Amino acid sequence: MFPTPIEKSSRTWQLTYQSLLPVALVLWLLPLIAVALFSIKPAGDFSAGNYWNLPSQFAGFENYGRVFLESDMPRYLLNSVFITIPTVIGAVALSAMTGFALGIYRFKLNLAVFFLFVAGNFVPFQILMVPVRDLTLQMGLYNTKTGLVLFHIAFQTGFCTLFMRNFIRALPFELIEAARVEGIAEWRIFWYVVLPLMKPAIAALAVLIFTFIWNDYFWAVVLTQGVESQPVTAGITSFNAQYRAAYHLMSAGSIVAAIPPVAMFFLMQKHFIAGLTLGAVK
Amino acid sequence: MSMQADHSNRSWYKRNEIALTPWLFLIPGILMFLFYVILPVFQSFYISTLDWDGLGQGTSVGLENYRELWHDPAFYISLRNNLIWLALYLLAIPAGLFIALFLNQTVTGIRLYKSLFFFPFVISQVVVGLVFTWFYDPTFGLLNTFIGWFGFGPINVLGDPTYVTYGIIAAGLWPQTAYCMILYLTGLNAVDPEQIEAARLDGAKGWRMLWYVIIPQLKPATFIAFVVTVIGALRSFDLISIMTNGGPFGESRVLSFYMFEVALSEYGFRMGYGAAIAVVLFLIMLCFITYFLYSMYKEERGH
Amino acid sequence: MRSITKASIAALAAVTATTSFAFADGLSGDLKIFLDTSNPAPRETFETMIAEFQGMHPDLKIETTIIDREAYKTQIRNFLTANAPDVATWYAGNRMLPYVQPGLFEDVSDLWEGELGENLASTKAAMTIDGKQWGVPYSYYQWGVYYRADIYNELGLTEPKTFEEMKSNCQAVLDSGRKCYTIGTKFLWTAAGWFDYLNMRTNGYEFHMDLTAGRVAWTDDRVKQTFANWRELIDMGAFIDNHTAYSWQEAIPFMAKGEAAAYLMGNFAVDAIKDAGVTDDQLDFYQFPMIVEGVPMAEEAPTDTLHIPSNAKNKANAKAFLQYVASADVQTEINAKLGQLPVNNKSSVNADDKFVSQGFEMLNGAYALAQFFDRDAPAEMAKVGMEGFQEFMVRPDNLDAILTRLDAAAKRIYK
Repeated sequence: MFPTPIEKSSRTWQLTYQSLLPVALVLWLLPLIAVALFSIKPAGDFSAGNYWNLPSQFAGFENYGRVFLESDMPRYLLNSVFITIPTVIGAVALSAMTGFALGIYRFKLNLAVFFLFVAGNFVPFQILMVPVRDLTLQMGLYNTKTGLVLFHIAFQTGFCTLFMRNFIRALPFELIEAARVEGIAEWRIFWYVVLPLMKPAIAALAVLIFTFIWNDYFWAVVLTQGVESQPVTAGITSFNAQYRAAYHLMSAGSIVAAIPPVAMFFLMQKHFIAGLTLGAVK
Repeated sequence: MSMQADHSNRSWYKRNEIALTPWLFLIPGILMFLFYVILPVFQSFYISTLDWDGLGQGTSVGLENYRELWHDPAFYISLRNNLIWLALYLLAIPAGLFIALFLNQTVTGIRLYKSLFFFPFVISQVVVGLVFTWFYDPTFGLLNTFIGWFGFGPINVLGDPTYVTYGIIAAGLWPQTAYCMILYLTGLNAVDPEQIEAARLDGAKGWRMLWYVIIPQLKPATFIAFVVTVIGALRSFDLISIMTNGGPFGESRVLSFYMFEVALSEYGFRMGYGAAIAVVLFLIMLCFITYFLYSMYKEERGH
Repeated sequence: MRSITKASIAALAAVTATTSFAFADGLSGDLKIFLDTSNPAPRETFETMIAEFQGMHPDLKIETTIIDREAYKTQIRNFLTANAPDVATWYAGNRMLPYVQPGLFEDVSDLWEGELGENLASTKAAMTIDGKQWGVPYSYYQWGVYYRADIYNELGLTEPKTFEEMKSNCQAVLDSGRKCYTIGTKFLWTAAGWFDYLNMRTNGYEFHMDLTAGRVAWTDDRVKQTFANWRELIDMGAFIDNHTAYSWQEAIPFMAKGEAAAYLMGNFAVDAIKDAGVTDDQLDFYQFPMIVEGVPMAEEAPTDTLHIPSNAKNKANAKAFLQYVASADVQTEINAKLGQLPVNNKSSVNADDKFVSQGFEMLNGAYALAQFFDRDAPAEMAKVGMEGFQEFMVRPDNLDAILTRLDAAAKRIYK
């Protein structure tokens, strides 16, 4: 193990390390802790110039209450859910299929198709902005959740295919051969043999895509507007504009917007990290 | 008769099942991808030769947009900032490695520490941008409060053309470092303990051990960290849009933000010009894409 | 309140009798309204006003969307083409042009016929492009210098009438350890307020209009003179530090805390300044002083407007709503709450509000009214120009480079 395990080092270094950890963590998360602190302060603290001292009173319920009851935040949150969940389902479904096709079968264009997906995934997505916006407009899907979802599914298919295909490659191929010998139809092999083995990959990918899509801002701004379709990342900016310089409310709103992916991460940590780090080890 | 046809049909499919199945599975994915990703790339090339406001028909102007770009000071500022982004964003890789090494221990509670260190990556960039805007605020920001204790400041990080890009990059490095850290933590887990022991017996330790034994074994993690960091740097948009809106006087623009401004903001709606900027961005990216694909291709061949 | 509503119904009925909108005693169907009135007071005003309109037409399904004022500016083009509401707020003057030219705003000249047109006559020119009217105004407001009267009293200062007095006042304020003017230029346009006034006072209204219409070069010596005057203030250190980091709202606390003595702003700021803790006694207002003797005093008076997108689905309902908002009583009511001025000359100005009554008086005596830099100049020019103003405020030495850049941009934009 590198660096040398702490148990094997001197007592002083052990103690130093143990006390260094929380300090480092607090420093690392300082900007975030500040926002959390802001979100429970009463408005009066800010006009009194009390930015960084402890809150004069706990106003968390009031601030968060206003975010939920007096603003459009709940609608934005709901929009985010209705954008994120279908995208996750769609992208995972499509890429399970493409990954299966590219991971199991040997055919001439296999590598070419695979690289097409990979290259598309690396494209700076701004180059798609003008045409995709126009396309969405022409299909009458501008400013709809559907329009946003369709694009997200398509774009995420690139990354997901890369992921799924590499995962399937690593599965024991004998299983599939054995199934073929039994005379099982190919789509049944997919459904009954490969898909069950892909569960960890599906879980990892689902969590990852959830986070990516939930946090998307660029496409939300390009393809939607207004409270009926915008996700919370875009919503938070109009929320903030409404309460500009009302730091306690902006903080509370930001935290509300950030919570779902954070919760997802803590609940599904294992899958999340497995997904992110696929390929980081050989 | 019909049964006959049915039978031959099925047998034709059966005979070619192995060849056909992959395409059946690929079709939905490929269609979506072609429609929304591949074709638009080419459309952008075409649109970049138009003078078009996004309504009705555009008029073809040949390479006029590119000629204008060539003389546009804002374009060069954006390009310069993109290069700064690219160079400095890569600091996330050594920084991530450093934190990973710091956290790669087995003391109690270390798992929670690792998760909390990873935290910034999970949060939306919109929130990160907001958090850092306040962090830098010249009146009450933590940064200026802090340097105020030492008698400096205040520094108006986001309002000063000299610092603004660096300030935004620092905000971007926060989540990106967390990302690289997690890659390296996983990588470190997989480092061969026997090799470390062998190197220890040879008297290697500290920096030499890290440089000659550990880092070479972390190569796959480094490659991925490099790929995601480069892509992240060239795509940077959210932070700029949230933190400065490109200002002060356009000094923090990057190409992706400038094209958005030109094509979709109130003052713009010059789709052709925006597409031309996107094409330049794409060409820069193409150098990296080629390199990535080439690396992957070599890898595939090795299998 | 009740009588106002009744009166409005009567007014409406009178209008509908002469025009051909077919509704007897109430509208039905849908009405989709997009507003940029996102600040607290305007937001509430509009919500109340729409609720009253709803009360008159119980069968009408009204859907109101309030979009952040800054975001609205980038979104309007989008929704006019893709997802048009029936009514949308916007601004008068050249700023309508990008939407009038491609046919995104509906011609509403018929609303301007007859009595309503006479009542709104003062803004008719600002609402007219190609001889047609493209919307109706609901409000306008003065710009001027809002200052902390208590600080001026403490230092023994009076409202300046000339640029010299303005500068000597400023020096006294600076000597007391404060800044003369707060400003937040993060969103650029606040700097344009300074440019407009300095240019109109230095070179006059006609020159200013020629400049924003592209008939004068930005490298003209007269423009340089405007910037030279501006520079005197900048070199004194008149403006707060770090203004590039703040929005106009975030610049208010400097005034509230007494770190800055005054604010060149539109009257909509009064509400926000008071919210920040400045009392009515502490706050006062003066007209931007004369710079060059003999240059007639023109003022900024931006007009806020309502329009019907050409892609609207319920145009008849939208027209009824526009008529309602333009009517004398409704304008009286909403502008009293907005702290702004009604456009309809049959409306009454809220005399209890000292800022509104002073502003009204000032504008009545004005030589001419300008809309605002970003409404008088075309959108692209406005953007480049305002970026230049911001840069100048930070790096006044770059002036020549800035003006060369503006000139190059103007040559492309106005061609």
